[in-house]
Amino acid sequence: MPDVSMVVNGEARSGDVEGRTLLVDFLREGLGLTGTHVGCDTSQCGACVVHVDGQAVKSCTIFALEADRAEVTTIEGIAGPDGSLSPMQKSFRDHHGLQCGFCTPGMVMTALKLLENNAKPSEAEVREGLKGNFCRCTGYQNIVRTILAASGQDIPVTSVE
Amino acid sequence: MYDFEFLKPASLDDAVAALAEEGAQALAGGQTLIPTLKARLAMPSALISLDGVEELRGICSDDQGRICIGAMTTHGAIARAMSGKVAGVAHLAGEIGDPAVRNRGTIGGSLANNDPAACWPAAALACGATIRTNVREIEAGDFFDGMFTTALDEGELIVEVKFPVPELSAYGKFEQPASRFALVGVFVAKFGDGVRVAVTGASEEGVFPWREAEAALGAEFGIEALEGMSPGAEGLLGDIHGTPEYRAHLVGVMTRRAVAACA
Ligand SMILES: Cc1cc2nc3c(=O)[nH]c(=O)nc-3n(C[C@H](O)[C@H](O)[C@H](O)COP(=O)(O)OP(=O)(O)OC[C@H]3O[C@@H](n4cnc5c(N)ncnc54)[C@H](O)[C@@H]3O)c2cc1C
Ligand code: FES
Ligand code: FES
Repeated sequence: MPDVSMVVNGEARSGDVEGRTLLVDFLREGLGLTGTHVGCDTSQCGACVVHVDGQAVKSCTIFALEADRAEVTTIEGIAGPDGSLSPMQKSFRDHHGLQCGFCTPGMVMTALKLLENNAKPSEAEVREGLKGNFCRCTGYQNIVRTILAASGQDIPVTSVE
Repeated sequence: MYDFEFLKPASLDDAVAALAEEGAQALAGGQTLIPTLKARLAMPSALISLDGVEELRGICSDDQGRICIGAMTTHGAIARAMSGKVAGVAHLAGEIGDPAVRNRGTIGGSLANNDPAACWPAAALACGATIRTNVREIEAGDFFDGMFTTALDEGELIVEVKFPVPELSAYGKFEQPASRFALVGVFVAKFGDGVRVAVTGASEEGVFPWREAEAALGAEFGIEALEGMSPGAEGLLGDIHGTPEYRAHLVGVMTRRAVAACA
């Protein structure tokens, strides 16, 4: 079987894979990094989003061998080494940006890139940026607030109709 | 998914040679091909990743002022590079799928696949693009050959796509919310010598030029020229997302929106 090696969360990792092994399967089953989730496996939901060479990608829609020699960051690489939450993760906690948490790893990885590319997005831009990330619990409202707050902007008070 | 051998050649020549083997298939961004493989709708014995072929990536302009986009350039990279240059192309590229899909999916993969609801075929046809392959050049008008079918021969690779730059252009996309593809998408391109209107998502034959709208807009470029116009519903797609009559109506609406966006 072919060999694959990549830097995952700053550490050199390698393993044997098949041609058809998806990056998400290598991360979860090969490396035991089960923080990256598979929600749909049909490229729709974004639960599996990781960063490959600095870009957000759906790890269920890229082969492990395509990420050979790449730098990969997963949700496990986001918190501090002592387990302290990153500002984005804190914002998810503080603003109730999660309920069951299944979508959250992909949401966090997408949100980090969203703010990296657009430091002060509008609400519409946040919603546009989350197009490929599905959440079946929160109704998105608090995820959008989470990201706006993480960007340092005042967040609108939730209105009750 | 069935297993296959994964190869990543470093040059176009090596990629073409690898593709000459029985059962070999090109892999670009994988945003269409990987879901297809998962559904076991394809069974290649080898996937030839084009990711290592540097000459397939990047954007430049040629001596005729055309914008030349390498086949492996991603939708996201095109959206960033064309912003403020060719409005319709930038907008189209920036609305494909979602950010993660745009970080992987490529213009070459989209054109080669020719999904009847894909966005790029509309831009290529309306701009009168030329598709350069490893063996020849094909005009967009001769390239698309009905749903999921193109003029490409077995093993032939798209190398780059050359877009003449329109004076004005815009893309009107009515998104099918589940797939994020176009339920109907209309690309309007205004050149010095005429206007071209290409419609995707609507027809059983894939992308098509809407000649009546082209003539009307050629005489007077404005939404008034299209008042009450839509193509006939015959030959248009009908499915749970929309009847042929609904799609015909949408073609009229999205064309007017694209023209309005050109102003
Ligand atoms: C969630 C989601 C939403 C999407 N939304 C949209 C949308 O709104 N609009 C839209 O247009 N598309 C959409 N797409 C499809 C996306 O644009 C794909 O990127 C594109 O259709 C295929 O490009 P690719 O680079 O991923 O090609 P691949 O999937 O790698 O390949 C597709 C096909 O083209 C062949 N091929 C690839 N490169 C070449 C080449 N250079 N020469 C010859 N043959 C080649 C392959 O062999 C394969 O048959 C979406 C996809 C997903 C997953
Ligand atoms: S698991 Fe990858 S997009 Fe849903
Ligand atoms: S919190 Fe449950 S899917 Fe998003």
